[in-house]
Amino acid sequence: MANNTSKFVLEFEKPVVELEEKVKEMKEYALSSGVDMAEDIERLEEKTADLRKQVYSNLTRWQKVQLARHPQRPYTLDYISEITDYFEELHGDRYYSDDKALITGLAKIDKYSVVILGQQKGRDTKSNILRNFGMSNPEGYRKALRVMQLAAKFGKPIITLIDTPGAYPGLGAEERGQAEAIAKNLFEMSRLPVPIICVIIGEGASGGALGIGVGDRILMMENAWYSVISPEGCAAILWRDSAKAPEAAESMKVTAPDLVDLEIVDEVIKEPQGGAHNDLQSAAKAVKKSIIKHLQELEKIPSDKLIAQRLEKFDKMGAWEE
Amino acid sequence: MDWFKRKRSVIAPQDRKDVPDGLWIKCNGCGEIIYKKELEKKLYVCSNCNTHLRIGSDVYISFLFDEGTFKEFAKEVKSADPLNFKDVKSYKDKYAATVKKTGFNDAVVCGTGKIEKQNVVMAVMDFRFMGGSMGSVVGEKIARAIDVAYKKGWPMIILSASGGARMHEGVLSLMQLAKTSSRLARLATKNIPYISVLTNPTTGGTTASYAMLGDVNIAEPDALIGFAGPRVIKQTIGQDLPPGFQRSEFVRDHGFLDMIVHRHELKQRIANILDFFKHKNPVAKA
Repeated sequence: MANNTSKFVLEFEKPVVELEEKVKEMKEYALSSGVDMAEDIERLEEKTADLRKQVYSNLTRWQKVQLARHPQRPYTLDYISEITDYFEELHGDRYYSDDKALITGLAKIDKYSVVILGQQKGRDTKSNILRNFGMSNPEGYRKALRVMQLAAKFGKPIITLIDTPGAYPGLGAEERGQAEAIAKNLFEMSRLPVPIICVIIGEGASGGALGIGVGDRILMMENAWYSVISPEGCAAILWRDSAKAPEAAESMKVTAPDLVDLEIVDEVIKEPQGGAHNDLQSAAKAVKKSIIKHLQELEKIPSDKLIAQRLEKFDKMGAWEE
Repeated sequence: MDWFKRKRSVIAPQDRKDVPDGLWIKCNGCGEIIYKKELEKKLYVCSNCNTHLRIGSDVYISFLFDEGTFKEFAKEVKSADPLNFKDVKSYKDKYAATVKKTGFNDAVVCGTGKIEKQNVVMAVMDFRFMGGSMGSVVGEKIARAIDVAYKKGWPMIILSASGGARMHEGVLSLMQLAKTSSRLARLATKNIPYISVLTNPTTGGTTASYAMLGDVNIAEPDALIGFAGPRVIKQTIGQDLPPGFQRSEFVRDHGFLDMIVHRHELKQRIANILDFFKHKNPVAKA
């Protein structure tokens, strides 16, 4: 997946990649010609490292949105295969169908048996059609609720991995009650008597994300975004021009540090330099470490207190004067 | 080519000045021009085509509550512009202008009162305030209203008229969906009835939270009710939408509304439902 030979390069990464390629060329030349270029190569490598640091530590909000959508970014199943020792997928909402855009299952993480669920995007046309680009229908939310209630029945903590460009805006989705499915999840998740940890791993677009996003801890990857609408959607409505998405991303404050400032997100999970796709193993390791830390804190809290605290957590969200 | 020229005198349009502003209202269903005082008496339902014209929270409160019983609370809660949001105008300026224009501090009015002598807590949204959009203030006021119902043990009613969450408060608006829904979950633990009334329009985050969570969901006829907007869906699927799509009758027939109620009957039908829940069956003696 994070295969460097076919790396997808974002516009702002180009200068870095150009330097990286030059270093590679020089190394190849030195090797084939036998000329000693060690000093020059070292100097260029240092320069590359400096530039990399400069680019990636000063990302704009819109650049982070692009990283969150990077075609090589790890998705839910990538994290599941890295962080769990056991995973058995559970299919279907028991009413209508199995939504492939949202996967659920039984898992073991370290010493914890948990239920894990999240939206799943595809990597190519075929898998994107199967996964509906990570846009769930009502069945996905209903499957999620079924499996979360199963977790509650057997006292298992719930981990949700959020990565969606939105709930699917389709004809059938409306006919089968997209709004009701999401509303029901918000209602029920607020009173499940087991710990719930939500991790925004990529895109967190609106109600489609929140539909599996009510929990005791809200964690967010460094380059993920989360807001009430996508920057393009916001720009199309307010400026009547979706090309103004970078401005909308700035105005809406959609990044992980923004959400910490707004007291929505409890913790930012650091990503490897340049984004999680550059090093899945270390990105997953950071996710796992954070999940376990919070599970250890939450497992000590009795369930009635857990629910009361969750209610209070969401009750404090917002900003008003009187 | 003189004969192609229009003879202006023959088809001159009616002088609009004949209809003084505010005295007459045009029905947006059938186009009929109706005398405003007559329309007021009919609660803004067109007697020609039965279209339920959009009305504000003040009108709903005036005909739903027993006279003089409605007492508003949390009136002074106002937006704090948490993001310092800039669109074409700044959110702060837009908000201040809307407060001035409407006389409201945000898109919902909350209070207690009596409906056919029964105590209730009610939140009435108002579409005139930034399209009835839900931001921190709407979420906070509705959460407080639900808490009043919880403490007093009175039924809760929320009347929705809203395009969805307010973009100008970003993720904080989104969180109001969770905040209000979780308060309703708490209310349900006491078995206190919650009635949701959906009016035209109820879409987006409002539908995906409290509007769909009623013990009984009631809609006015022909209201637009849905999650995604019709334009977005049309663009996504690349085809025309079926007639009546996302209208009350369609949403009821797909299983998400308990009933569609004519505005003239709304008060009585709500009162009957409240009475039903309150009613105690005779206990058989052992």
